[in-house]
Amino acid sequence: MRVGLVVVSHSARLAEGVVELAAQMAPDVTVLAAGGLPEGGIGTDYDSVVAAVQRADAGAGVVLLYDLGSAQMTAELAVESLADPGAAVVVDAPLVEGAVAATVAAQGGADRAAVAEAAASAGAPPGTETAAQDAGAAQSTTLTLRNDVGLHARPAALLVRSIAGLDADVRIRLGEDEADGHSVLALMSLAARKDDTIEISATGSQAGEAIRRIEALAERDFDE
Amino acid sequence: MGCGAADVANLLRAGAATIAEHRVELIDLDRPIGDADHGENLNRGFGFVVSTLDTAVPETPGGVLKLAATTLISKVGGAAGPLYGTAFLRVATTLGDRPDLDASAVVEALRAALAGVVARGKAEVGDATMVDALTPAVAAAEAAENDGIAALLSAAADAADQGAESTEPLIARKGRASYLGERSVGHVDPGARSTALLLRAFAEAAR
Ligand SMILES: Nc1ncnc2c1ncn2[C@@H]1O[C@H](COP(=O)(O)OP(=O)(O)OP(=O)(O)O)[C@@H](O)[C@H]1O
Ligand SMILES: [Mg+2]
Repeated sequence: MRVGLVVVSHSARLAEGVVELAAQMAPDVTVLAAGGLPEGGIGTDYDSVVAAVQRADAGAGVVLLYDLGSAQMTAELAVESLADPGAAVVVDAPLVEGAVAATVAAQGGADRAAVAEAAASAGAPPGTETAAQDAGAAQSTTLTLRNDVGLHARPAALLVRSIAGLDADVRIRLGEDEADGHSVLALMSLAARKDDTIEISATGSQAGEAIRRIEALAERDFDE
Repeated sequence: MGCGAADVANLLRAGAATIAEHRVELIDLDRPIGDADHGENLNRGFGFVVSTLDTAVPETPGGVLKLAATTLISKVGGAAGPLYGTAFLRVATTLGDRPDLDASAVVEALRAALAGVVARGKAEVGDATMVDALTPAVAAAEAAENDGIAALLSAAADAADQGAESTEPLIARKGRASYLGERSVGHVDPGARSTALLLRAFAEAAR
């Protein structure tokens, strides 16, 4: 029993092409295309995605890959509507390389989480992380949160946005826990509250600018 | 005015009529910053909503909205399908099997709709999406709750109009338009416009 795969695309031909490529390396994996609209136009069709997921599930679960943002929304809705939403997962991955990596993993008998992981990590050039760290010396600072809600959803989102686009890898630490400064969810899960002191460290050519922007934001109490 | 299942069905019919009337306008808004299908997508979806309602109207407002949600999800085919679909689905869940809605239930429904769109699309105010129309609409509806359903919907529609206009100078950060970066500046977001149109139609039908 192997994990199944569904390729959700706006274009029927794109979905079929990706399936053709991926299935070639994995003869025993069910890889299905859910692309285009039933009448033949460009778009994503919820009902065909649901049907494909049901057909691809042999009992070991399904991994869904998608092309553009709104295909992700359709795929997520389809998964939520399953009798067991835990049976399938939508993965943010490069479509072609992700599909190939995922089918190969599924062919090898990997479970659903491992197949999803194979897709998600596909296409990242090896050693990206070390390269970013070499680009500039690490910088760090500590600051105490004075705003009422701490690093709750809105402040976390503002923080992530303030450093978006900078060439800097930012980590935020509270006590034992450390979070990616570019992920709203990760920041929220630190549960940093008012009066907590957080440590910010950054690497990359714009590390200093990233830290300055976060300090300025905290100085303004996250515009509360 | 109380608002039962038949009334909610009429609001949706009015919404569908507006979308049909503004189909070309919505397509034209979607052309420079998208794929020129927003008006077509929504018109197809709402057309199916109306024809399902013509067959049978569910017994509760929540039932009517759930039917609209599932129809939009399976018929729209673009981003607006999962977004409006999730919005209506959240509203249906929030309303449960209440037979009648008062003003506070309508405000709650609008809040649930916004929560649904945000949960699905992860957009924030300022990203130039329908969230820019719906967010001020919810705030205006909350402020006008004591004035009754028609008045609060009309306040929501006014705020949504302004919210839609406010997307013009913005750089789009979500959806297809976000691929254009700076070039998305100078265009009203089609989804924000359709949100404002729908709220206006609901407000007029509730009078
Ligand atoms: N992530 C999002 N969050 C909120 N609203 C969004 C998001 N993505 C798109 N939208 C809204 O959807 C509208 C576009 O709807 P439309 O039906 O034209 O879908 P589309 O972008 O063409 O979809 P697709 O990419 O599937 O073809 C935008 O104007 C915007 O208001
Ligand atoms: Mg479009």
